[in-house]
Amino acid sequence: MPVEIYLNVAFNGLLTGLVYGLMALGLSVIFGVVRVVNFAHGEMMTLAMYATVVAFTSLGLDPFVMLVPASAALFVLGYLLQAGLINPFINRPEHSQFMLLVAVATILVNIQLIVFGPDARNVQTSYSFDSYALGSLVIDASKAYAAATALVVAAALFAFFRYTILGKSIRACADNYAGALVVGLDVKHLYALTFGIGAACVGAAGVMLSLIIDVTPGLGPAYTLLAFVIVITGGLGSMPGALLGGILIGLTEALAGLLFTPSAKSMFAFGILVLVLLFRPQGILGKKPR
Amino acid sequence: MIAALLQGVPRRGVVLLLVFLAVLMVAPLFVNDYLLTVLILILYFAYAGQAWNIMMGFAGQLSLGHALYVGLGAYTGAALFFHFGISPWLSLPLTLAIAGLAGAIIGFLAFRFGVAGVYFAILTIAFAEFARIGFDHWPWVGGSGGLFVPVANYTQNDVWTLRGSPRMFYYVILTLTVMAFLICHALLRSRAGYYWQAIREDEEAARALGIDTFRYKMYAVALSAAMTSIAGVFFAFYYNNLFPEQVFHIGRSIELILGPIIGGVGTLFGPIIGAFLLTGLAEALRESMLRLGIDLPGAKQVFYGICLLLVVVLLPHGIWPPLSRALGLDAKQSDKPEA
Repeated sequence: MPVEIYLNVAFNGLLTGLVYGLMALGLSVIFGVVRVVNFAHGEMMTLAMYATVVAFTSLGLDPFVMLVPASAALFVLGYLLQAGLINPFINRPEHSQFMLLVAVATILVNIQLIVFGPDARNVQTSYSFDSYALGSLVIDASKAYAAATALVVAAALFAFFRYTILGKSIRACADNYAGALVVGLDVKHLYALTFGIGAACVGAAGVMLSLIIDVTPGLGPAYTLLAFVIVITGGLGSMPGALLGGILIGLTEALAGLLFTPSAKSMFAFGILVLVLLFRPQGILGKKPR
Repeated sequence: MIAALLQGVPRRGVVLLLVFLAVLMVAPLFVNDYLLTVLILILYFAYAGQAWNIMMGFAGQLSLGHALYVGLGAYTGAALFFHFGISPWLSLPLTLAIAGLAGAIIGFLAFRFGVAGVYFAILTIAFAEFARIGFDHWPWVGGSGGLFVPVANYTQNDVWTLRGSPRMFYYVILTLTVMAFLICHALLRSRAGYYWQAIREDEEAARALGIDTFRYKMYAVALSAAMTSIAGVFFAFYYNNLFPEQVFHIGRSIELILGPIIGGVGTLFGPIIGAFLLTGLAEALRESMLRLGIDLPGAKQVFYGICLLLVVVLLPHGIWPPLSRALGLDAKQSDKPEA
């Protein structure tokens, strides 16, 4: 095979990987602050994907128009979930929190199955088949837009946590729970905000991903797992790690699909996860647990 | 032996247990074919839940990938029977060894490298998913097209090759469930059982007391995996078809652990009560929806999800601890809920 094919596949894998990275960023933010693993992450993402598909097919709205409303809706969902269900579980054992979110995930995925049916749905925009040529490199237009949007959202998130008072108070909660309480922060409210922000991230990622792949209810659990793989690879709780992990997994999947068979591609993602857990359990960019 | 088993169990509990067992023994004479299949399903989940409970309930290691061991057991038993006509009982030592080894490998990798808690749970999912995709691409076991155990004459019961009527399968799974119950009962009072509970409550403290926590966690994983694989063999020969997409699916792992969680993690009766409640209610729901002419493929799972949600929120220790208090059976350490 000529080198250009590898280059093309790798570059398109990288673009998809950036969207994966945004999805994983949501999971990472939630875990980094609330210390709860959102087992319903992929299911939340398919919610946003279905919203995009329905808005497109019935109202003719472009997916980029849906970016803000879908993210906002998921923010509200995430806020309510944390405020209503998860906050009382903060001091419960780890497995108990885990099972709570497994229950939420099970309910979400099957409600989607009941409402939308098992068939794959997609968005066919006017630019679905456009591409840009850079020398011998052919870049899929939808993927390029999606990846660029993912980068912008991620950058906005970094800025939010770095420069705003609210972002700093959320980081204070993550660094020192008791200390945050002592200085008078409303930790429960900030936790709910954080979960909302994480959900909004995955919502934005879902809207973008609907440009790239077809949505089925079964995608939810699969992408929950993929998000785990990515954040653990990159370092659970590390924001740059999530993006890096996304790119790595996107690349791996794309190249594995080319070199072996596409149906076996997630085996390689899980292979990477196993290797990372064994040799660097805190992830590539994660800090060593104290 | 029997005296040792009964030691410390309230008399009322023994009587209730024997009545319960007697009802289960004679049940096939009175129920119709449909109810019999429901009972088989209940006992299947009770058995598998009991096996999972050793790892999570006793030793405190959360596995969300037990479908891996079900699948390994199912595929070992079924493939050897399919290709060479080897009886599942004859191949059972190999099945147990394969599943036990798989559990030991995962345990070794995780415990050696300090992978614990949520990370450990995700590692177990990863291995199950890895196996699912691997079996999908393995032609010798049928790949994604599935493996089919040859169906023989239903009128003849052949326990040796596990070919026969649902009634035969019922007694097989009932025997397995009773054995698993007795094993767990004995384990909880053994040295290993106390070590496990110490590890579950506080691993640092357990290690400080001189318990070889690595070794005992390994025992728990390997034993739980091996016991779960027998459920897989049963699954393969009862349903006669195996698809990696179904057997190894994460949904299977979740389904399997719902019973013990709803019944009460770490208790002896939790997995049994949970299986009865959950499967019984789910079948009742399915049946009543069928009567009303509603066909919703995800409804059963939504119901499972709501049950799990309610129990996790309202009864953090499951149904058995409050139930045993109501029946006046508590105060024995074997049924103490997890902290």
